[in-house]
Amino acid sequence: MNEQNDEKLGRRELLSRAGKAGISIVGAGAVSYLLYDATGPRPGVETEKLVTLADFSVKPQVGRTMSIVKGSDRVKTVDKAIELLGGIERFVKPGETVAIKPNVAFASPPMLGATARPELVAEVVRLCYSRGRAKKVYVADNPINDPSSCFMLSGIGKAAKQAGAEVILPKNHLFKNTTLAGGKLIKNWPIFFGPFEKINKLIGIAPVKHHHRSGASMTMKNWYGLLGGRRNIFHQDINTIIAELAMMVSPTLVILDGTEVMMTNGPTGGSISDLRRADTLIASTDCVAADSYGCSLLNLKVSDLPYLKKAERAGAGTTDYESLKPLFTTVS
Amino acid sequence: MKIVQVRRISQAFFLSIFVWFCIVSTVGDKLWQLRGWPVNWFLQLDPLAAIGTMLTTHTLYRGLLWALATVALTIVLGRFFCSWVCPFGSIHHFVGFWGNRKKPAAQKIRLNKYRKAQCIKYFVLIVFLFMAAFPSLFATLQTGLLDPISLVTRSFNLVLLPVFDRPINLTSVTQRFYVWAWLVFVMFLTTVLLNLYIPRFYCRFICPLGALFGIINRFAIWRIGKKQNECVDCKLCEKSCEGGCEPAGNIRISECVLCFNCLDDCKHEVISYQTQPSLAGEITNPDISRRGFVLSLVSGILAVPVVRLSNKLGRNWYHRVIRPPGALVEDEFLKRCIKCGQCMRVCPTNVIQPGGFEGGLENLWTPVLNNRIGSSGCQLNCTACGQVCPTSAIRPITLSEKLGTDDFAEVGPIKMGTAFFDRGRCLPWAMDKPCIVCEENCPVSPKAIYTQECFNTIRDGVLTVKKATDNTIETVEENLLLDRFATGDYYCITKGGERMKIVANTENSIKISPDNQFEKIPSAGSKIEIQVRLQRPYVDIEKCIGCGICEHECPVSGKKAVRVSAEGETRSSDRTLLLKR
Repeated sequence: MNEQNDEKLGRRELLSRAGKAGISIVGAGAVSYLLYDATGPRPGVETEKLVTLADFSVKPQVGRTMSIVKGSDRVKTVDKAIELLGGIERFVKPGETVAIKPNVAFASPPMLGATARPELVAEVVRLCYSRGRAKKVYVADNPINDPSSCFMLSGIGKAAKQAGAEVILPKNHLFKNTTLAGGKLIKNWPIFFGPFEKINKLIGIAPVKHHHRSGASMTMKNWYGLLGGRRNIFHQDINTIIAELAMMVSPTLVILDGTEVMMTNGPTGGSISDLRRADTLIASTDCVAADSYGCSLLNLKVSDLPYLKKAERAGAGTTDYESLKPLFTTVS
Repeated sequence: MKIVQVRRISQAFFLSIFVWFCIVSTVGDKLWQLRGWPVNWFLQLDPLAAIGTMLTTHTLYRGLLWALATVALTIVLGRFFCSWVCPFGSIHHFVGFWGNRKKPAAQKIRLNKYRKAQCIKYFVLIVFLFMAAFPSLFATLQTGLLDPISLVTRSFNLVLLPVFDRPINLTSVTQRFYVWAWLVFVMFLTTVLLNLYIPRFYCRFICPLGALFGIINRFAIWRIGKKQNECVDCKLCEKSCEGGCEPAGNIRISECVLCFNCLDDCKHEVISYQTQPSLAGEITNPDISRRGFVLSLVSGILAVPVVRLSNKLGRNWYHRVIRPPGALVEDEFLKRCIKCGQCMRVCPTNVIQPGGFEGGLENLWTPVLNNRIGSSGCQLNCTACGQVCPTSAIRPITLSEKLGTDDFAEVGPIKMGTAFFDRGRCLPWAMDKPCIVCEENCPVSPKAIYTQECFNTIRDGVLTVKKATDNTIETVEENLLLDRFATGDYYCITKGGERMKIVANTENSIKISPDNQFEKIPSAGSKIEIQVRLQRPYVDIEKCIGCGICEHECPVSGKKAVRVSAEGETRSSDRTLLLKR
């Protein structure tokens, strides 16, 4: 306590107390004034900063848009398919950073074909490093099942790491909102943006799979793995969302693996009896063209998959893959 | 080095490896993931878990044999576990020391004196053990509620780890959630804060494991005591006594937690750790009154039959108590589960949750699947929970057993329950919107969810033809939403004609797919109907395993339109739903 006790209130003490009281009152008043909000919160104000995926495509070369290679060994067929388009050197320049987006949707073993094959992913990583002289290769997806389990069980995580790539799992902070220009569904929607923010090139790798809602899941549907949030609601309009994904993503290259095709029970499969050997692998810079050819492996026509025509009309590619004069060959 | 310093190092060491085991309980092969770390070691060293399950099941499940080592060492050394190994004890020890360190010695001596209430822990133990042993038809293992190892394991794994890991995501890609974690935390925090009131409050008054050691302690070969009678009676030996066992007078052997503080504090070298009884006399048995013993015995015997009057194990079982794959039939399950939360911690999808009271009192903190939480339902190719369960309340099943393949093909897969559609909420059933996310994600082969195609005329879907050409119909109506029918899911059907897919529409015209051709071009004034193609989902109960992936993925995100409930789970024959084909 103060030496001047309560009995006698000195002038100095009085002034000091009055000063402190004044400062407290002014302080409280200032805080109230600064924080004063006359209107209250307004509904639905969007404060998120929107991002846009860059265009990762390379300059088109006539006659080198699409290649189709027959063969049972994915490592050989993918090497050949890329070589036919001008080699990985055409797509990846020395010192560039590459992201690979395989389909890692489900926590199921590679033999069931519900996910991209690990050896195929690893080979593309290897090509990027060895002949493309890439600085860094990322492998990323936002799977449906638990992400760590998907990368573990599909074998993609281990294969990618062994080939020297870095696996990026869909942690929350890597999602940012985007709006697709001219889009109807992708509006202020979270996408798995982190891995694709600072890269130079983007390669998609997807198996050919039956898909009960949309008919088929191939390279275009593979971009579903970039969506975050409650993306399942887009199934109400599956064709539009797949077309919009093809509009949103301009990849450097897509690889469609039809070595074994999931004919039934897709997109999860679950039994090797769901698979049929078609020994076909497609590489293309146009995912609409790749999928338009790929649907034939499922015995489907282009008109059976309305999203193909939709994407074509939106300018994302062509369904008339014949016009691209795809390069055919067979490797043993 | 002084013995108390060795003790402190031991405590720090065991607490550190305990925390390390909590961190590494993530499925994976990195150094900081599960690999082969013996993450159950503390639970296995715990004789209360071993004796509890021995009483309920008359067996000793593999790893629990470690408890024998603890008991054997206790018989030789005394209650070393409490002050040298127990991670929960070390936390109490430290908090109690730190919170009272500035108090004068006289006050500390008063704080650490023996209290009559220290007998409560023996009553807790007796109640639990009689619940486990005697009502043999209703035996239940509830030691996990207060077992310090269970308590500290679930507090670290279900509360502290998810909170502190949030910014770094070391133990999981996304934030982990646990319902009822708050109650775990309230208990943890309360017990820790009580140390500020009386040091080692939990250990002295509540801990049933401590009580068990207290009873065994009477057989201890070495014990604390006075080695000579000449004592100045300074009472300094009681200043930091962790057990409150009165080493200055008639030492209470059952309460001594072997902290060795008395040995360190005695300036006259009167106290020693020795084989002969204290020269000042000792009390070997716990201070339990006959009346207290009988009361707790009767309470233990009556508790289970009383709790089970709710009939939660009978006809009143709660359908959302979905147990992990491999869980034993409910009454056997309750005889083993020690509520440690290891299954919840290790579950890669976070779908296993600590239960509340929905399945009765005994359900608290036992594993229950909640498909709304986590990154996926129960993953098809995962058996992690049974592998980690220290008491085999969830059996360590193989993948073949879970999926019903190979040797188990005849038995079929393990079902945790069955998915049911809520047709009043399902988009294709109730709202004429295509969806079937559930069907796509069903991991069973062939899928347990199948669909039937149907075409429903939409609201205001009857239109009048104004003019029609090969692929285009102009309508009298001029208020169609641009390209509303262009999604690939809408069709147009003429009276008596065939159904044709719509590819585009304007306000007053509809374009049909060039694949279709009108057999007869509709005449002006005739009616056409706009229909939506729906695939409506059904569950094949013979195939559904109750994994809950459909429920997890259902876009009706509030109350899901497809929900799993435990009907049909294979662990209970009395919960089957349909006749075998």
